[in-house]
Amino acid sequence: MKKDWSYSPAPESTDHIHIAVKNDLFINGKFIPPEKGKYFETINPANEEKLADVAEADKADVDKAVKAARKAYEKVWSKMDPAERGKYIYRIARLIQERAREFSVIETMDGGKPIRESRDIDIPLVSAHFFYYAGWADKLEYAFPGKKAKPIGVAGQIIPWNFPLLMAAWKIAPALATGNTVILKPAETTPLTAMKLAEIIQEADLPPGVVNIINGDGKTGRALVEHPDVNKIAFTGSTDVGKLIMKSIAGTDKKYTLELGGKAANIIFEDAAIDQAVEGIIDGIFFNQGHVCCAGSRLFVQESVAETVVSKLKDRMESLIVGNPLDKNTDIGAINSKMQLDKIKMYVDIGKNEGGSIHQSSCKLPEKGYWYAPTLFTDVSQSHRIVQEEIFGPVLAIQTFRTVDEVITKANNIPYGLSGGVWTDKGAKIFQVSKAIRAGVLWANTFNKFDPTSPFGGYKESGMGREGGLEGLMPYVHLV
Amino acid sequence: MPKREDIKKTYKLYIGGKFPRTESGRYIKWTNTKNTSTVNICRGSRKDFRNSVVAARSAFSGWSSSTAYNRSQILYRIGEMLEGRRSQFMDELVLQSSTKKTAEKEINQSIDRLIYYAGWADKYQQIFSRVNPVALPYFNFSYPEPTGVVSAVAPNGSSLIGLVSIVAPIIAGGNTVVVLVSEEKPLCSITFAEVLHTSDVPGGVVNILTGHRSELLEHFSSHMDVNAIVYCGSEPEEIKLVQENAALNVKRPIVYSDEDWLDKNAQDPYRILNTLETKTTWYPVGV
Repeated sequence: MKKDWSYSPAPESTDHIHIAVKNDLFINGKFIPPEKGKYFETINPANEEKLADVAEADKADVDKAVKAARKAYEKVWSKMDPAERGKYIYRIARLIQERAREFSVIETMDGGKPIRESRDIDIPLVSAHFFYYAGWADKLEYAFPGKKAKPIGVAGQIIPWNFPLLMAAWKIAPALATGNTVILKPAETTPLTAMKLAEIIQEADLPPGVVNIINGDGKTGRALVEHPDVNKIAFTGSTDVGKLIMKSIAGTDKKYTLELGGKAANIIFEDAAIDQAVEGIIDGIFFNQGHVCCAGSRLFVQESVAETVVSKLKDRMESLIVGNPLDKNTDIGAINSKMQLDKIKMYVDIGKNEGGSIHQSSCKLPEKGYWYAPTLFTDVSQSHRIVQEEIFGPVLAIQTFRTVDEVITKANNIPYGLSGGVWTDKGAKIFQVSKAIRAGVLWANTFNKFDPTSPFGGYKESGMGREGGLEGLMPYVHLV
Repeated sequence: MPKREDIKKTYKLYIGGKFPRTESGRYIKWTNTKNTSTVNICRGSRKDFRNSVVAARSAFSGWSSSTAYNRSQILYRIGEMLEGRRSQFMDELVLQSSTKKTAEKEINQSIDRLIYYAGWADKYQQIFSRVNPVALPYFNFSYPEPTGVVSAVAPNGSSLIGLVSIVAPIIAGGNTVVVLVSEEKPLCSITFAEVLHTSDVPGGVVNILTGHRSELLEHFSSHMDVNAIVYCGSEPEEIKLVQENAALNVKRPIVYSDEDWLDKNAQDPYRILNTLETKTTWYPVGV
């Protein structure tokens, strides 16, 4: 008898989940239909089935949201006793904890990420983020020595589809704590958890207009960026769009923070704990299907251990479970959208055409939905496009190095500077390398760790400003 | 006694620790308001700027990794040198239409500002660093690092104090800088280069150019190997240009408008922070 060692299916149930068939705009504390009556579909990328219709906000709707936010800012939120403001934010944190399972399941259905990740990482971090910033609301005078922190006003916040609710929390929590009001625009492929968040905002009894949530694509985002009565733009997304935003608000008084692309170097020295490092490489590039701006997409392995590392890596890739995101055993879920899948395929073709050697896990991919097998490239060099450009998918480019100086030079030879990883048993080497890498977040003997108290953000073309920690307050205040 | 002719100074640029003339061979005739004195100032070019960025980039690794104590002493030393050459600055400020009294005040404030930032050079790190209490078994800390090469456009209306107020916080933070000085009052900014040169400031850390703002602003703001631009002024068109060009490589644009640089309060550590980046490191606890 042939033994089957594969796991039995262990799907998370969805029967307790309620997704509204039609999702309106959340403006001034109410769910209202869009002016033009236009709705778009959001689908489950794991099976291409429609989940719901979502209202598309146009210019008039954006204007309505900005007016609501302005009024709430002037009349209520900026004037409220900071300790009271904090209580509302605490309340949001608690409500999310209470409804965590529901949020996790919807996040996975709408975005394709494994339930294990939305359940254990995304949603717990969302409530932790609100909880952390809630406490800052009445302590701002201790954050900036010698200065007084004043709110900026109305913040327009545009977030991506890779960590939908987590990015919403990163944006909304510090803005509210510092006394600003917000208009949030989620990504068009992942609007559903934000709509659930709107329910919670209502439930938490936040004054109308303090948080407004509107959906739509780039056009909606643009209307928000260009609206003259928005005082601050917070954007997470691609470097290309970040640059467009900088250009479009040049010459205005708008403040902005940008959290843009990355192409992190993950550096493995010969004295590293190799098995741990292999786990770290896997986590670095395949976490969330590689849809992570800080993903460790450039691997640098010291020559003496390169063969061992690559062979162990291939073995480990083979054991990754790719499939139904709702299954609790799944490691790699669905690619977020058709568009993203096409982009990944395009880059893999480029990698092959430029002479890279490709290796892919032999896993069977489901027939329906958007999927991509874990992939690595060897025989690539600094000038290859798959080494220089952000793919945002489960594709790893591997290079080798001999000396510390060499790997630092190679790691820094890129316009991005968001994150990096260093694997070695020597503490002194960790500090030497992490200091020399020009990037905002450095992980030593680990990768892709996040916490609300820990600032996140990039050097160079990876953006400006920080989110998380005390630094995360700065983009939302004027210091006087 | 026969009348002795005095020796006139040739005003040059300061690039990479040397005093070259502009490569373009062009000049600007500068005349004081009383029309009693004329000087040929270098009309710096795009190429001069690009050479300066190369010098600033190659000086960056040494300057940013020098000890904070060392940077602090060098800033202090600049103050010392300036104090010793008061009379030269006095003459030039007066030539640039200052009264003796305001010139005196400007020199005093410039020296004091250098000492102020000298003091910050080994302290701002402590003000802007944190240990972050993450809910995971890691020792997590954040600290500021210099952003890199900074291009700066010094205030047009002031000569010495404007330049000092811009340059000091940039280099206190470990950055290197290329600065375009006041077009109206260029004299003592060039003499300031001589002060820097005798203050143990490594070549390339501060590069000083003279020239037309209208010509050079485009290049100062669009160069792809510049990490931040500090612009002083309040011309809306210029601010827009700086902010637009900053998008090319996500440069950090920092704008100081309507500042009274002579004011005692036109200084604080947040101006150092403006050209710093926060780095966060996760270090495992346990094996």
